[in-house]
Amino acid sequence: MIQNLADGILVGSVLSLGAIGLTLVMHMLRFANFSHAELLSIGAYAALVFDAVFAAILPPLAAKIGPLSMTWALALALLAAIAITGASALLIDRLVFRRVRSKGSELSMVFASFGVAMIVRNVTGLLFGLGTQLYSRDIVFAVVVSRDPLLLIKPDQVFVLAAALLVMVALHLVLTRTTLGFALRAVAENPTLAQVNGVNLGRMIALVWVLGGGLAAIAGVFYGLTNQISPMIGRDLVLPVFAATIVGGIGSVYGAVLGGFIVGVAANVALAVLPSGYSPSVPFLIILAVLLVRPNGLFGEARA
Amino acid sequence: MIGFISYAVFFSTVASILAIAVLGLNLQWGFTGLFNGGVVAFFGAGAYGTLILGGTPQADHLGGFGLIYPLALAGGAAVAGLLAWVVGILTLRLRQDYLAIATFGIAVTFENVMRNAEALSGGAKGFRGFERPLRDLFGDGFGYNLAFFCFVLALLVGVFLFLERLVRSPFGRLLRAIREDEDAARSLGKSPARVRLVSFVTGSVIIGLAGGLYATFYAFISPQDVLPTLTFQIWAMLIVGGAGNNRGAVFGAFLIWGGWTSSGWALSRFAPVEAQLYTGSIQYILIGSIIVTMLLWRPQGLLPERLVISQAGQPRKPRTTGSMT
Repeated sequence: MIQNLADGILVGSVLSLGAIGLTLVMHMLRFANFSHAELLSIGAYAALVFDAVFAAILPPLAAKIGPLSMTWALALALLAAIAITGASALLIDRLVFRRVRSKGSELSMVFASFGVAMIVRNVTGLLFGLGTQLYSRDIVFAVVVSRDPLLLIKPDQVFVLAAALLVMVALHLVLTRTTLGFALRAVAENPTLAQVNGVNLGRMIALVWVLGGGLAAIAGVFYGLTNQISPMIGRDLVLPVFAATIVGGIGSVYGAVLGGFIVGVAANVALAVLPSGYSPSVPFLIILAVLLVRPNGLFGEARA
Repeated sequence: MIGFISYAVFFSTVASILAIAVLGLNLQWGFTGLFNGGVVAFFGAGAYGTLILGGTPQADHLGGFGLIYPLALAGGAAVAGLLAWVVGILTLRLRQDYLAIATFGIAVTFENVMRNAEALSGGAKGFRGFERPLRDLFGDGFGYNLAFFCFVLALLVGVFLFLERLVRSPFGRLLRAIREDEDAARSLGKSPARVRLVSFVTGSVIIGLAGGLYATFYAFISPQDVLPTLTFQIWAMLIVGGAGNNRGAVFGAFLIWGGWTSSGWALSRFAPVEAQLYTGSIQYILIGSIIVTMLLWRPQGLLPERLVISQAGQPRKPRTTGSMT
């Protein structure tokens, strides 16, 4: 049980990072983006490529950082992946979403996002193969934290959790302390009023995509580091990330963070009760429960 | 020649079954503006429901109620309707994209439960023990397929006529009114939430009927048949054909299913052996591209919705297409 809790918190940190980007996009552009989880996949694969590139150019970079399975090359590749994924998110918006937005309704956007998700997922499969891949083939031994109750934690997991929390704190500071953060929040609250006050709406939308893509890349790499990388990352994570967003309330960054941890912990703790085959259903049950009890999520506000 | 005809019958049967599902979706999306992201859950509920109700008793999973076929088929459709009612009650009063997420979620969950709950559905092995109805009369070969095709075609025509009448009726007008301007409809004393629920459940019953026919045709259903891919295919059929136009829905079903089967055939025939593993991926990319391209290039579909004025108050200029509301 305590092991499930620990694993859940770890998965939760990945979901939180994914959900922050999704909640911002859903709030500002007002559509459920089913292709958001594919950004995690793009990030994970971009890091896989750059990890190999950096390690080949500068072999010393292939050394591990302390007790982690993460290498210096992968740390650099993470930065590259953030850039690539942010750019991809922006590119997809320019190519598809912006055009659909100018033509059709919000629900056409939901459609388009289904199509985009399908294309991205299968192009990834074509480029990198349908099998699973790993950043490091070395086995990293888990540290026994306690024997009774048994609790095993890998150094990678501690690192991922700490790094994810750090990213969230940084995001919090940006949102609450900088002009950029104010502008972003203003646009999310009331696009028209924000524009009256001289906020460039187009630029803010672009910023949301880049931000969401960057966070998704971090989430994707962390997921790949603690699980494995496959073209199905997007398919497997789309529902949990949506669940985290809905639990937190659409538009609330802090809700998304909390929602991610709630969904991660609930899904893992549920494994102690349910047979493991049912774990993909848990996010849906959480969504249903939230819709029944508190339809606007923990921190969301009602909006038509 | 007989091989060709027999294939044509096989193809048309599956395409007609899918066309029924597209018609059901058209009622939800085309006429009411409800985003059903989990078509396959209702399709699957109809399929499993029909087989469980109409099958012979099995040792390892539920089933064997042995109902006569029309009752089993209707029961399957009712199961789909019940599922839709539960989802609809929970989500239709909320933001519209909640319905998209919830229906998407129920599709994932449905497939997951069918794969794992062996006592209910036979698990990953699929559901066996169903006898195709009237097998004694028509045998197993081409004659049976032809007869079954006629049955499916009759149901397709029936559903088509029913929906054509429905959308021209006052209720159909109400659906479009709510789709176009919910507040205006409410100001006239209509209840959008209730009307939406009726439309969502009716559409899902039709989709469930298609699922029941599909399962009957193969006398088998497995979790492999209820993957989210089917949702995309049915969506693509409606968007290409033209949402809000029943003719377009049927046309799109035949067109996309033709494109899907022929691209699968062409890839398996002409693609190099080492690429065979990826034919599925290529087909999915094609479907995704079709959806995105249509939305960008012709969002109204190949056969767009024709705006009808049920009762023009004032005489208008002849042959104009007026606005909807």
